[in-house]
Amino acid sequence: MSMRRPSAAVALIILAITIGACAKKQPPVARPIPPPPGGAGAGETGAPTPPEPIAEPTTVPPEPITEDPLAVSDIDKINQNSPFQPVFFAYDSAEIDPAGQQVLGVNAQVLKKYADWVITIEGHADERGTAEYNLALGERRAVAARAYLISLGVPADRLKTVSYGKEFPFDPGHNEGAWSKNRRAHFVVTSR
Amino acid sequence: MRPLRFLAFASSGLLTVVLTAQTAPPQPPAGQPPQGQQPDVISITIGPEGRPSRLAVPEFIALTNDAETVKAAKTIGQVLFDDIGFEKEFYMIPPDIMRTVPQPSSPAAVQLDSWKEIGADGVVVGSVRRSGDGVVVEARLVQVGTGELKLGKQYSGTLKSLADGGRMYAHTFADELHKHVRGLRGIARTKLAFSSNRSGEEVEGPVRSRDVSNIYMVDYDGANEKRLTVYKTLEIAPVWSPDGRAIAYTSYRNNYPDIFISYIYEGRLERPGKGTSETKNYLPAWSHDGSRIAYTSALPDGNVEIFIMNQDGSGKRRITNHPMGDVTPTWSPSGTQLAFVSDRTGSPQIYVVEVDGTGLRRITGTGAEGYCDRPTWSAPPLNEIAYTCRGGGGYQIMLYDFATGTSKPISDGIGSNESPAFAPNGRHIAFISDRTGRQQIYTMHRDGTGLRQITRTGTNKYPSWSQ
Repeated sequence: MSMRRPSAAVALIILAITIGACAKKQPPVARPIPPPPGGAGAGETGAPTPPEPIAEPTTVPPEPITEDPLAVSDIDKINQNSPFQPVFFAYDSAEIDPAGQQVLGVNAQVLKKYADWVITIEGHADERGTAEYNLALGERRAVAARAYLISLGVPADRLKTVSYGKEFPFDPGHNEGAWSKNRRAHFVVTSR
Repeated sequence: MRPLRFLAFASSGLLTVVLTAQTAPPQPPAGQPPQGQQPDVISITIGPEGRPSRLAVPEFIALTNDAETVKAAKTIGQVLFDDIGFEKEFYMIPPDIMRTVPQPSSPAAVQLDSWKEIGADGVVVGSVRRSGDGVVVEARLVQVGTGELKLGKQYSGTLKSLADGGRMYAHTFADELHKHVRGLRGIARTKLAFSSNRSGEEVEGPVRSRDVSNIYMVDYDGANEKRLTVYKTLEIAPVWSPDGRAIAYTSYRNNYPDIFISYIYEGRLERPGKGTSETKNYLPAWSHDGSRIAYTSALPDGNVEIFIMNQDGSGKRRITNHPMGDVTPTWSPSGTQLAFVSDRTGSPQIYVVEVDGTGLRRITGTGAEGYCDRPTWSAPPLNEIAYTCRGGGGYQIMLYDFATGTSKPISDGIGSNESPAFAPNGRHIAFISDRTGRQQIYTMHRDGTGLRQITRTGTNKYPSWSQ
């Protein structure tokens, strides 16, 4: 991560050491049982009582600070390790099924977390329809995903839509395995 | 375009052959289109009535012996033979029979008796020669029986006009011949535009491994392929303006689709729809008089509707209003109707509507037509719409006839055949087929015969045929 400031790295190292030290916290020490009074054994002068153990003050370790790579990366890097999942669709359909709703719920959380991100929802279709009509189908898929996100409270002006029809398949295969991957709404961060 | 000057070679000149037929009207200057309507006056007859005229089109005569002229004489003769044969209005004397007649040393020395023996009604006697730093091409249609000069043209141009062998001279004379002898609007000078990913470049953007598609043009017969756009993005669905000087297309260069118009001989680019990432415009279609563009717009509320605007972007008007998608408009020749695709019944079908939005009616979807797309409207006097339809295995090109209200398949059922575009005389269709594995551009006649593969490199889609 080229963007990390050096002082943050140092802070992390100090933190790591501190956390490591805290991990070696002394277990509670059992008080030794004093030897029985009287001379049980001749010659015993009485072992000296060990000093009272000093209980170390327990410190609550600080909340671990993890540096979040997504918050400071440039957009290309964000998209290469995208926190968004695509929504997949049935053949010739733009309906969001329960699996899609779940995915959109997670995507909505990501959008709430990174409140300055603007995303483009790309609509895609598999290769089986005609090129021209699939441009319209892709648009409907992107719009459906967008509408659901808006219903989850994501502001509309952070969500753009674009249709690529069947022009950009994610899987170039010619079977249902490939086609099902290509019928999707795909999320791309376009600005922040 | 290469500058060509056209001179009507009417009444006098180098030959001793007497001109008796009507002279052709003056040629339009290069770069302007032939008239849109079919010429309906046959002013020249070459053979007897009742059967197609038998035409001989041998190689042209090279009157100077430099390499360019010798090559052009062969090429022009060959291309003219192909252009005339393409319209199937004449019986073409086969090349191996034509070769039995020795080539004369000059047009004046043409041996009409030899052509009479072959059975030709007419022969095209052509010549090519250098003249100064330019070239002069002459073509004469001679009636074999009488020796009459029926149609004579002299063309001149720069040496650069021979760079591809001088094909434009052949195309020009072929159109002239069809116009005067058959009353037919020829398409030998027309071009196809299409999208291709042959550059192998990648789209710049957040997602990797996406092929760039750019706009290309090619002569109707597959020669002279030329790349027109170089943006590293997705550019699709080009359509020619009726005057052949501009191409409108859809480009994703701003990360959303918008309509661009490239004035290809002026180096000028316009963006008349002025779309945004909220209102996206794509799939334009020019009206036949060039004044308006119909297109599809994806609106902020999620609707996908048909709009019309003037070609400068003014006067935008919405034509359809339905929550399902309405896309891919095409104009009727008179400019009073549009055909387009809508999936309002659940599957995409072809509809026709008046330009004021009234009179909506569906013309496909009966019987086995499950999924229909990309209508293209033919030219008068035919009144047909070609489109692609899924039936059986893949997609086939269908032809809807307004006169009978019925459709029939015209592609041959091999591979998936899509995205038809009519030639401006309504007699041929360009389309894409994946029969060789990748999608390529093909042309065929409107009866399904004469299949010709136009592209071979990369994947090529969205053909449009110029006027």
